[in-house]
Amino acid sequence: MNINLDFNYKSIKPFIFICFHFGILALVFSLIVHRLSQTRKDALIGSLSLITIRLTVDARPTATLIEFSNMEEVKLIGMWLSPYSYRVIWALKLKGIAYEYIEEDLSNKSPLLLHSNPVQKKIPVLIHGGKPICESSVILEYIEEIWPQNSLLPSDPYERAIARFWIKFADDKSPSISNIYRTSGEEQEKAVKDSLEMLKTIEEHGLVGEKKFFGGDKISMVDMAFGAVAHWLGVIEDVAGLKIFEQHKFPRLNSWIQNFKEVPIIKENLPDRDKMLALLKRRREMLLASE
Amino acid sequence: MGEENKVMLHGNWSSPFVKIVHLALTLKGVPFEYVEEDLENKSPQLLKFNPVHKKVPVLVHNGKPIVESLIITEYIDETWKNSPQFLPEDPYKRAKVRFWSNFVQQQLFGSIFTIIKTEGEAQEKAIKEVSEKLQLLEEELKEFFPDGSCSIDSENVGLLDLVFCSLFGPQKVEEEVLGLKILDPGKTPLLCSRVTAINQLSLVKELTPPRDKLVAFLKFIRENALKSASG
Repeated sequence: MNINLDFNYKSIKPFIFICFHFGILALVFSLIVHRLSQTRKDALIGSLSLITIRLTVDARPTATLIEFSNMEEVKLIGMWLSPYSYRVIWALKLKGIAYEYIEEDLSNKSPLLLHSNPVQKKIPVLIHGGKPICESSVILEYIEEIWPQNSLLPSDPYERAIARFWIKFADDKSPSISNIYRTSGEEQEKAVKDSLEMLKTIEEHGLVGEKKFFGGDKISMVDMAFGAVAHWLGVIEDVAGLKIFEQHKFPRLNSWIQNFKEVPIIKENLPDRDKMLALLKRRREMLLASE
Repeated sequence: MGEENKVMLHGNWSSPFVKIVHLALTLKGVPFEYVEEDLENKSPQLLKFNPVHKKVPVLVHNGKPIVESLIITEYIDETWKNSPQFLPEDPYKRAKVRFWSNFVQQQLFGSIFTIIKTEGEAQEKAIKEVSEKLQLLEEELKEFFPDGSCSIDSENVGLLDLVFCSLFGPQKVEEEVLGLKILDPGKTPLLCSRVTAINQLSLVKELTPPRDKLVAFLKFIRENALKSASG
């Protein structure tokens, strides 16, 4: 049989040409990626996954298909003792977002903090692609919108409204907990009373229905908002020498605390108890001495 | 109106928080039933729908209650997607709107309320705080509106506008009750022109209570607060 090689070669020539150049491109690309920092590699993987999800799932024509915004650098200005700081750490880690953590000395605030949060001069501040976002609840919503993977908020508007209600409740009432160690006498009594009311409300209204977490089976930003109750309250009780949270009085809350602290990201990212105890005790002494 | 898509708003005429929600529903063209609550004698329904705080506003949609004015407004925005969209599309801009709406409603409002309820040194301190906070707000508005633009119509009202509108009514009743200006166009021109613009909307005008009623109400709050302070 006479095989016409000329004909075959001509027809596959463009194909070989494309494959060859594609191969070169792939080689160059992998060399570039190999040289990227871990941060950028994670961000690149995150983006490519997101693009894939968006292309296959998200039919919104307005959403830019190539949203490199989630590849931009993420920095978090935080403080190791602050539950508000941890809310953001937990959210970032649960979503697999790489970030640079900057520990802030609140007794000597950095130019970066003062520039990023001139209104309140507080932590946490998330800086994404150079743009600052302040207030932990606002930061959590922002993180949820930019990196929708491992969702931390329900998709149904009514359920979201409920979640937001409890986050606001946590924001409004949590300061009572820290006031327990910051005050004495009548002021402390009020802080204890307010904290107990908060716990009672959560027990009676927030955790109804044998749920594992506030939002059901999965951890959400509501659980993170109550982080202070799960970990900080116990330490503060020791600092003040008071017993506020009695397990038998708050059975649902007690279960929730166990569930919350068993989540690996939470378990691995909590401030050291002894370190906290020592520092808060010192702080309390200083505060009471200055009164 | 059947149970399907039934919307009710429990409110009180004097509450700025209710005003935000009332405006939001009206601007979106959502049909709803308004229930005026007597805050001295709260209805069993209100207590059932908001057992935690027992406050207005409460939005009840298809029998399910939503509370907290800013949360309700976001819910309205997410459920009725026609314009005006109260929150912007861009996540960073949304974060800014949320931050400032909270700031104005909690911190600024709190300080203004202190001015109303106190006198002497305590009042002076609150006046200073309000002035500082208004300046911060003015600086931020310069970024939101770099070309100083201030045209508002019923299609482009934002969440922050609703919050301004709830706090700063057109009649400047606080001037009469307190004998001082809270908003000064000389100090915060952009904020003042934004507030004026939104108060010109006919929908807003319709929802503004009569002047004498507001003056009487503020006077009552002030007198009561001063009386209980002096014991």
